Amino acid sequence: MAEVSVRNVRLSYGKIQALKDVSLEVEEGSLFGIIGPDGAGKTSLFRIMTTLIVPDSGSAQVCGYDTVKDMMEIRRLVGYMPGHFSLYQDLTVEENLSLFASVFNTTVQENYSLVEDIYRQIEPFRKRRAGKLSGGMKQKLALCCAMIHRPRVLFLDEPTTGVDPVSRKEFWQMLSRLRAQGMTIIVSTPYMDEASLCDTVSLMKDGRFFKTDSPGAITEKFGKHLFEIKAGVSTVKALDGLAAIDGVQACYPFGDRLHIVSSSLSLAELSERAASAGYDISTLAECTPTVEDCFMDFDNNDYE
Amino acid sequence: MTLGYLIRKEFKQFFRNPFLPKLVIAFPVMIMLVIPWIVNMDIKNIRLTVVDKDGSSTSGKLIRTLGASEYFILEDVTGSYPEALRQLEKGRTDAVVEIPGYFEQDLVSEGRTQVQISLNAVNQIKGALGSNYLNAVCADFFAENFAPVSVSPVPAPRVSISVQNKFNPYMDYKNFMIPAYMVIVIILLGGFLPALNIVGEKEKGTIEQINITPVRKTSFIFAKLIPYWVMGLIVLSICMLLAWAVYGLSPHGGIWTVYLFSLLFIFALSGFGLIVSNYSDTMQQAMFVMFFFILVFMLMSGLLTPISSMPRWAQVITWLNPPRYFIEMMRGVYLQGCSLADLSHQLLALLGFDIFFGTWAVMSYRKTR
Repeated sequence: MAEVSVRNVRLSYGKIQALKDVSLEVEEGSLFGIIGPDGAGKTSLFRIMTTLIVPDSGSAQVCGYDTVKDMMEIRRLVGYMPGHFSLYQDLTVEENLSLFASVFNTTVQENYSLVEDIYRQIEPFRKRRAGKLSGGMKQKLALCCAMIHRPRVLFLDEPTTGVDPVSRKEFWQMLSRLRAQGMTIIVSTPYMDEASLCDTVSLMKDGRFFKTDSPGAITEKFGKHLFEIKAGVSTVKALDGLAAIDGVQACYPFGDRLHIVSSSLSLAELSERAASAGYDISTLAECTPTVEDCFMDFDNNDYE
Repeated sequence: MTLGYLIRKEFKQFFRNPFLPKLVIAFPVMIMLVIPWIVNMDIKNIRLTVVDKDGSSTSGKLIRTLGASEYFILEDVTGSYPEALRQLEKGRTDAVVEIPGYFEQDLVSEGRTQVQISLNAVNQIKGALGSNYLNAVCADFFAENFAPVSVSPVPAPRVSISVQNKFNPYMDYKNFMIPAYMVIVIILLGGFLPALNIVGEKEKGTIEQINITPVRKTSFIFAKLIPYWVMGLIVLSICMLLAWAVYGLSPHGGIWTVYLFSLLFIFALSGFGLIVSNYSDTMQQAMFVMFFFILVFMLMSGLLTPISSMPRWAQVITWLNPPRYFIEMMRGVYLQGCSLADLSHQLLALLGFDIFFGTWAVMSYRKTR
């Protein structure tokens, strides 16, 4: 039995359909990533799984309990870290942690071992009010508070949005350590590069999942040739020009490079055509697709 | 245990607010020390112009008597009525008293005469009271000076009405209003602060983190209510202390009656505030809704105008107004010395409101959309 399963969930806010028939299964002890741009419906899905919203139709089970009928049981078993910082800014680090421990009828001491790794990093500031912490420290505190009651499933809604790259990396290391302890973690993120750190990822857009698989399997199934080229000064112009080459399906910026997708062209053929179109092809090379490339590819084509 | 922790959290947050703790002390002090001196229904300093067509020693005496009264300021004495009316029109004076020619002569020979009074009645209260005061002063004047000499063929039977003001012997408006000011302070603090509390947690997003916990609705709501209880009682104590120290007013009917009623009243009011908070999405919305209700509460509670002079239908509506019962109790205990036994009706009414608002506040707080 899966630790979390969502079946055919639909949700709309007035006329806007936030979730259109979403289903997912999360195995116990896995790190599950929901990847999607802003407005894809990630937060709505989280709020359904954490019993904060009742879906219009469909159902969700967490730890074998129904999110509507057995709300109270689920609330004891899960930890939720909302996307925006939602701890009490006027309470100190310490006070926030013990408040959340006590509302779950436990104490900080009892589960200290679980949060120790993370809490040690913010412990020097334990007398500081939560509102006065830096972004990365706030995230760490929020994570501590979300799991101080040793939840079976941890829901993290965009935990790394607005956090600097170093803290982001640290944060993901913490998540792997937690998973190693057997906790099931569901995390959402708009950053595609974080996808490769999950066991399973679901790519989400416009209230729908269009791909659920391990990151490796997703990139393996890319099934097209992918090239990269260092963009010159006029990126926008190059984008249009390269996309117009016969046989090229898509061209999009990727960091300081451009990625070119083609199902038919080989590197040699593309080089030839690009050179004749007047582009500097000295940096053109074939590359391996990432989850982001898969996402862009799905984005350009229709969903499954 | 959870409840205790949540209550401690509310207090911590309250005392860490840079502004609210100061407000809770400053507000009752300001209302109790300043407002009773400003809001006053006693009309004083009515400006008076006298048209003296007689110019006799008696008319001069009357003018001096009027001028000496604490209610009037003698603005001008003139010989021309049109001139005095012009002053009235221009707002330089509030009342004109015309003493006719042959005033003294008529008084002495016939024992009666007429004095005409013209008043600016734009300010109705000032007009009505002004004319009453003028009548009273003139009547006193004639009684003092001419009653012994006036010889009437048939002595008219004299009826004198003596008014004795019970409970507030000097008809001091301050005494009447001070218990009401205490009620205003409690309504404003005990109503607005809870109304802004839950919606504040909604705006900051902190409510989400609490909603996901297994905290019971009842614990959450009571953790919000109890601090306002404590705060309300502190505010009430400040008010009562000031009323006693500054105005010499003490609750004749018993201090514990006041506290008991306050417990019930603050609970009902804070419960109402939390209901508004539960239904509001933003602070702004909660603020305006609360403002609307509090204004209606205050105007329909008998706080400023007596309920008995409201139309019948409005009187019926006041039965649904919790402050009405609280004000009746405050004035009863402070001015009439009512005891708990005299106020059982009000006590039951407030208890009913407590159960109603308390239940509604818990029910309307939804952890799930």
